[in-house]
Amino acid sequence: MRQPNWVPAGTDLEKPNAARMYDYYLGGSHNFEADRQMARKAVELWPELPQIMRANRAFLRRAVQHLAESGITRFLDIGSGIPTFGPVHEAARRVAPGARVVYVDNDPVAVAHSRMLLEDDVLSSVVQADLRYVDDLLARPEVSRLLAEGEPVAVLLVAVLHFVPDSDDPHKLVAALRDALPPGSALVLSHASLEGRPDQAGAHQDLYRRTPTPLTMRGREAIEAFFDGFELAEPGVVYLPEWRPDDPQAVGPHPERMTGLAGVGRLP
Amino acid sequence: MSGGLPVGAGSTEGLRGEWARLLGGNHGAAVHPRVVDSLVDRTAELLDRARRARPFDPAPARQAGAMLVDAHFTDPELLARAVEILHRQPAADGVGPMLAGAFAAGWAAALRERTLREQEAIRLAADTARHGVERALRESEARFRALFESAAIGIGIGDVEGNILAVNKAIGEIFGVGPEDMSGRRVGDLVHPEDTPGVWEAYGDLISGKREYFQVDKPYYRHDGEVVWTHLTVSLIRDADGVPKYQVAMLEDITDRYRLQERLRHQATHDPLTGLPNRAAFFERLERLFEEPEPGARFGLCYVDLDGFKVVNDSLGHDMGDQLLTAVASRLDAALTPLGHMVARLGGDEFVVLLENCRGEQEAVAAAKTVLAALAKPVIVGDHKLAVGASVGVLERRVATTTPGAAVRAADLTLYRAKEAGRGRWTLFDPKENARAVSRYAVSVRMPSALDRGEFFIDYQPLVNLADGSLAAVEALVRWRHPQLGVLGPEEFVGTAEETGLIMPLGRWVLEQACGQAADWVARFGDRAPQLNVNLAVRQARNAGLVADLDRILRTSGLQPGKLQLEITESTVVGPEDEALKSLHGLVDLGVSLAVDDFGTGWSNLAYLRDLPVSGLKIAGSFVGDLHDPAKDTHLGWRIVSGLVSLAHTLGLTVTAEGVENRADAERLRLMGCDWAQGWHFGRPVRPGEIARRIAEANLPEAVDLTE
Repeated sequence: MRQPNWVPAGTDLEKPNAARMYDYYLGGSHNFEADRQMARKAVELWPELPQIMRANRAFLRRAVQHLAESGITRFLDIGSGIPTFGPVHEAARRVAPGARVVYVDNDPVAVAHSRMLLEDDVLSSVVQADLRYVDDLLARPEVSRLLAEGEPVAVLLVAVLHFVPDSDDPHKLVAALRDALPPGSALVLSHASLEGRPDQAGAHQDLYRRTPTPLTMRGREAIEAFFDGFELAEPGVVYLPEWRPDDPQAVGPHPERMTGLAGVGRLP
Repeated sequence: MSGGLPVGAGSTEGLRGEWARLLGGNHGAAVHPRVVDSLVDRTAELLDRARRARPFDPAPARQAGAMLVDAHFTDPELLARAVEILHRQPAADGVGPMLAGAFAAGWAAALRERTLREQEAIRLAADTARHGVERALRESEARFRALFESAAIGIGIGDVEGNILAVNKAIGEIFGVGPEDMSGRRVGDLVHPEDTPGVWEAYGDLISGKREYFQVDKPYYRHDGEVVWTHLTVSLIRDADGVPKYQVAMLEDITDRYRLQERLRHQATHDPLTGLPNRAAFFERLERLFEEPEPGARFGLCYVDLDGFKVVNDSLGHDMGDQLLTAVASRLDAALTPLGHMVARLGGDEFVVLLENCRGEQEAVAAAKTVLAALAKPVIVGDHKLAVGASVGVLERRVATTTPGAAVRAADLTLYRAKEAGRGRWTLFDPKENARAVSRYAVSVRMPSALDRGEFFIDYQPLVNLADGSLAAVEALVRWRHPQLGVLGPEEFVGTAEETGLIMPLGRWVLEQACGQAADWVARFGDRAPQLNVNLAVRQARNAGLVADLDRILRTSGLQPGKLQLEITESTVVGPEDEALKSLHGLVDLGVSLAVDDFGTGWSNLAYLRDLPVSGLKIAGSFVGDLHDPAKDTHLGWRIVSGLVSLAHTLGLTVTAEGVENRADAERLRLMGCDWAQGWHFGRPVRPGEIARRIAEANLPEAVDLTE
């Protein structure tokens, strides 16, 4: 297994960054000109992007709420970015007030921001680690403490695996996470998909190729394979708005336009 | 817009309904529906209050706008629709526009605050992150610097132009200077005359990017002029684009280890008493001469023994004897080493002078005379003035004609002849005298029992077909592992064996062994097994029982007679009435073929050759050997060889050239039509296993060129 470098990656604000672009799509101002320029270009090419991001955020909230209602009180949010808009700890604590959350991101700026935000939250912690070095991630004290007590943990890989290229073997990384989880744990996953809007996929991937975090959209089969070893919760792997909507009316006539595929799996 | 205040709660409900639809649809349900519900309640209530209050108070409407922003309702589209809804609400006194304006102002002010706050937050986060990275870099840099500075091994960094950029403390210690004295120097200044050959070529390859690193033991001059030996590793560092950028040298001081090694090496190769190279060093040097000799290379040996040393030792004591030996050694060293000769002490009072690239007998004899002259004056040891004489055995040979062991033995025996002839003189090696000496001293006495003791064995030398390089035949050559003299070749004992009659049982033993071996090769390799050549001594040929013996041997071994060729010498048959002739015809009748060996040395009557039942002729090795004798006419030599080949072909005989030692001669012989050849170029006599390996390898698809 590879080891991360001694020194974390630099913080080049001249380069667009996926976490801050995501914040921009959601209407936030936690971003810099380079992020906004790239995000504006993306929206120009694909005007529905902000809605897709909101649909993704809504899925995250519904999934966390669902798991909290089923009794899970521990959450590991990998690729948490800048968690201002409906963060996991808020969604979870509406149901389970004592829920513990470990936020993980590899972007030093997002991590620094999350730490400021969660300074006074004793039940949350923030870890800078990289999913691609999964052994290192699991060995971090905050993460291993969360897993050590044998209580079920919900791992969130929401809109993050499409930033892991095939050369890093994301399925192997997810399997490594799965093997580290106590029984009854859960996997929450959403992933940019080639399906739904195949016409947009190419240009969008091209655009992200210019960022430090290029995008790899995947097909349904590859996305479903991430749930190997898990039992898929109803309704399985579906388009973002279709996963347990608050109101069946809210799904809208074209859920496939919200091109992300999403699902929740549970370990027996 | 209506002029009056609406009546009843219906209109509030109307605002709330529209408000709920506006907020509920905007977030894509990112916020829990109940959160949105309570936000709708709070803001609708505030707006309703503002609508009704008199005098008009913009504060609740502003607050409602701010609350929406706080709940992430920041989409400008939402503001437009909210203003539109508020405008549509009935309000008294024309406060509608003021209500919408206050709401919008509250929303805008909150958004502005929020934007500034978030910008400040993300900027702060970026700074924090950058400081974190910088601190990690500084710590990492500090770790590396500590590693560099405190490393026990010397580390130096230079650019690829050869400028030394930085060195650590350990390097300063190795070179006996402060680190600052090294920076600014150039790698090229660090040359040392004892540098391993090729090290600077390796360095050139490294800085030009042709190799990534090299390792070598390298000496340097210290600042104080002393030499320090290091184990050096130099590695190349490239930039991100792969362009050579820096070189890193790591040096370990191995001076003590090196000096110890040198001392051990010196001790292993030098005589502790006289400081001269010892027996091991002498043999190492001699054997190296034989490894890859130039064609025609010659060498000389002077085997020196002091006359009457034993008397000195016995009468004056070992201490005096040792002093005498030391004095003799230094005289020999002073007289001969400057001439380029090696002087070694073999043990006791025996010394040897080795002449490499000797130009002929005269030079070896001159060396022997120098030895005697050096010892002519008496040696003063303590109070004694000792006259030391010496005897010298001189041997001067072509490298290709002998072996190191045989040469030293021959020189030793020549020395004894010098001693016998009266001391204080040199004697030149003589092959006949040598053979006689061997037999006299050691052979004849021991030989009768040697066969029973299993002291004989057989090596096989390849005969190669010049046309295609294939292995045509092998000649069986008997050897005697003599307990005192070492391994003796046939030329050293066969004469004696003939004289004593021992040649009969020995010859029979050789035939039995060799035929058994040849039959084994046929069984393993079929047609690819070579023909077997065995020498037949004159006395064997004249033995009436030879044909019956051989018939029995062939039957027992199972070797087809056609695979056997017997080599006879010209002197085997001396006339048409010779009784040997009958035996030879009997052999041919068995199906065995005959060849004349060493042809051209026996002054034979060519007329008899026609009548002999032979099918092959082997040209004596001296003919090819003479081609490289500077004293002889090479052109004439080749014409003689060519004439012998023609003669053999005229008689319908297969002709083999012996003593072929290089590729050029082999090629020339091939071109003049010589059939087979034998000699060191094609392979020395070897153990049978080696021959089997050669047969097996010749079968490989890419059969190697045996003339290589």
